[in-house]
Amino acid sequence: MPSLLEVNGLTAAYGATEVLHDVSFTLEAGRITAVLGANGAGKTTTLRALCQMVRTGGSALFEGRQLVGRATEEVVRLGIAHVPDGRGTFTALSVAENLRLGAHVRRDKDRVADDVEKMYSRFPRLGERRHQQAGTLSGGEQQMLAISRALMLRPKLLLLDEPSFGLAPKIVAEIFRILRGINIDDGVSMLLVEQNAKLALELADRAYLLETGRVAVSGTSAELMADESIRRSYLGV
Amino acid sequence: MSDSARRSRWFWLALALLAAAALLLPFLVKNYRVFQFNLVLVYAVAILGLNILTGYNGQISLGHGAFYAIGAYTAAILMERAGLPYWATWPLAGVVCFIFGFLMGFPALRLGGHYLAVATLALALAVPQLLKHKAIEAYTGGVQGIVLTKPEPPFTFRFLGQPFNADRWLYFVTLTVAVVMFALAWNLLRGRVGRALIAIRDHPIAAAAMGINLPVFKSTAFGVSAAFTGVAGALGASVIAFVSPDSFTVTLSIFLLVGMVVGGLATIPGALFGALFIQFVPNIADELSKSAPAAIYGVLLIALMYLMPTGVMGFVRTLWLRHGPGAARRPSAGVATTGVPAPPALTKET
Amino acid sequence: MNAMEALLHQIFSGLANGCIYGSIALALVMIYQATHHLNFAQGEMATFSTFIAWALIQRGMPYWGAFALTFAISFAGGLLVQRLVLRPFERAPVLTNVNVFIGLLLIFNALSGWIFDHTVKAFPSPFPQESAMKTAFFSAHELGSFLVMLGVLLTLYGFFRFTPIGLAMRAAAQNPDSARLVGIRVSWMLAMGWGLAAGIGAVAGMMVAPVVFLDPNMMAGILLYGFAAALLGGVDNPWGAVAGGLIVGVLENLLGAYVIGTELKLTVALVLIVGTLTLMPSGLFGKHVVTRV
Repeated sequence: MPSLLEVNGLTAAYGATEVLHDVSFTLEAGRITAVLGANGAGKTTTLRALCQMVRTGGSALFEGRQLVGRATEEVVRLGIAHVPDGRGTFTALSVAENLRLGAHVRRDKDRVADDVEKMYSRFPRLGERRHQQAGTLSGGEQQMLAISRALMLRPKLLLLDEPSFGLAPKIVAEIFRILRGINIDDGVSMLLVEQNAKLALELADRAYLLETGRVAVSGTSAELMADESIRRSYLGV
Repeated sequence: MSDSARRSRWFWLALALLAAAALLLPFLVKNYRVFQFNLVLVYAVAILGLNILTGYNGQISLGHGAFYAIGAYTAAILMERAGLPYWATWPLAGVVCFIFGFLMGFPALRLGGHYLAVATLALALAVPQLLKHKAIEAYTGGVQGIVLTKPEPPFTFRFLGQPFNADRWLYFVTLTVAVVMFALAWNLLRGRVGRALIAIRDHPIAAAAMGINLPVFKSTAFGVSAAFTGVAGALGASVIAFVSPDSFTVTLSIFLLVGMVVGGLATIPGALFGALFIQFVPNIADELSKSAPAAIYGVLLIALMYLMPTGVMGFVRTLWLRHGPGAARRPSAGVATTGVPAPPALTKET
Repeated sequence: MNAMEALLHQIFSGLANGCIYGSIALALVMIYQATHHLNFAQGEMATFSTFIAWALIQRGMPYWGAFALTFAISFAGGLLVQRLVLRPFERAPVLTNVNVFIGLLLIFNALSGWIFDHTVKAFPSPFPQESAMKTAFFSAHELGSFLVMLGVLLTLYGFFRFTPIGLAMRAAAQNPDSARLVGIRVSWMLAMGWGLAAGIGAVAGMMVAPVVFLDPNMMAGILLYGFAAALLGGVDNPWGAVAGGLIVGVLENLLGAYVIGTELKLTVALVLIVGTLTLMPSGLFGKHVVTRV
């Protein structure tokens, strides 16, 4: 069975500076896959490259369709939702408006309202603040909002860029627990970029380790956690 | 011969050819063209002044026509009412405009970007209106303005079939003043002052943190910029031999801005290209269309901006980086590595 | 009429003018919010639209039909200008864009003069002089144009607040990257913003032409007041733009009638506005942006 996402020789550049040189990995449907690595290894750029937010080369096939060369808006329409680093919420708009925007491309408008309620029940704190301006929410709440907005798309693949960044451990644990639930209940595949390797490996099934724009190591989470040398040199665990 | 010595030899050769061309020019063309070239030199100095403030220091001015007007009127009044010789009016016009510019610098400190643009636009509108006002009519000549006499050359001769008349004399006068002003600007901008101005433009907070006194620098930049444009105005008064409030409308301010961008922000030679554009392209537009020349001008302007978004000098710099000597050794195109930094603070905010 | 009535007349008339300035200011702010550029050609585009309306009416089209058709044509025109002329400059420096706007200004102004000639023309008002709406303080046209502009502003508010496309346009203006990530076609949103701005300008032109008469330079002074109003209200605040317009309208009339006379009133108005901005750099209602170092 072909993989949900097949990336082959992906390159990406900011202006004249090439950041990804030859990234290749696959992602199976229904799984959570982690992308790890030190600062500057190219993790965030990988997600941006998949969404065509930077100058990209090589190949990235999503359900057999080529992503490279498409506009970001079209990648979204294929069923990929991206929760960017820094959350990317529309800070001047309300929580409810943010969620409605997440469903912008959906044709089944009648089910959107139900989905919004589902988000409120999954993240009660958002429900309490539904008419509040998104910029006034706390960091953890904004992260929940960003994830919910992405889920409003009913995506096949969810890209998460450092969801734990700047959040207290308790909030992070709560969010990761909910992500696990979404993966199991709704079957949403996830590609997770994280600097906190331990957290990421606890959530993910499989992981890829990036080093200066290339995949250095790959394996299941169990394999990576078990390997002594990898744990010490890359994961600091 | 070493690389740099060989480059240096080409540079001096080019400069010598340019100088020769400049000296011969007035004798190769008819009188009216000489008059037009005089205006080009005058506008070049005016645009240079604007560039010091907007290009190098990032303070947008839509009102430099006002300083041009003040310089022109200062010169006219000193010549007609005080009987001063024309060459004595230039430094005085410069000083007067420096003061006005410096004063304008104070509210400018509080205003940035578009707010400053509109504030300076208000200045550009106010000055012609004020010049018409009855209270100072005795000096300014009111709506009628002041008619001046063109300075006659101290000696006459014929060269290449052309007489050495007032316009040709003025050509060499303006050329000399322009060269001096350009040299002054170059000297000012290449050292600490220039770097400070650019630092203030790009990273004002960091500049202040490094000890650059922002208010003093910014107000002084305004003053110096106004002084340059004021001297240009004074020169222009002699070249045209007439000043009136309606010669200095908002259109002049807009055209100075257009010229600055066409030439290239934060460049010194750009001022000359900008002046050539605003002086001659309207004539070209007139030739191409009698009924709607302004539309042709607009189209040419947009087309030029499309081809050279960073102005003529920006375009030249890109060509030089890509194809000039040492291009193969440099990183791939698109990375500007040398010379005066391009103005990123005036690029679209992301 | 006595002094009090004269004052009220100046104020009401100023409010009517202020609605026009506020609409232009609103058009400017809409484009500014989406692109961070001030459209210097807004006035000339509005004049050109008004000429189109005039031509339609000359050919016998009833007023409101011409009004609607002109709005539609202006919307389409604004959209096309954005897609064809401005899109290539989206990543160009600010002042390069300014030059492009100046170019557009010159082109539209010249086209108005060339196609419709430079003679001053009368433009009809749909609110006739002698009608039930006339009172001692303001003419039927002043009241009528005030209501029309108010209608336009409220419709716009409703559009942005309650419709999905309006929401998408707001999102695209605030955060284009995030907007793309929810699938919004940001460049089309920009184009539509331009279309709306052009439409608003057309309405403003049609409302002001009966009073100042139609010629290619009709909107030059009004555009300046529009800029002043937009900045006074805080260039990122649509409501501020409208409020700024009303203030500028009343201020202009009061200054002209009681303080300085008509010649210098533009100058003095602008100087006052600049003075206000010096004291309150973000405008009266603008968000005070705190920059983190």
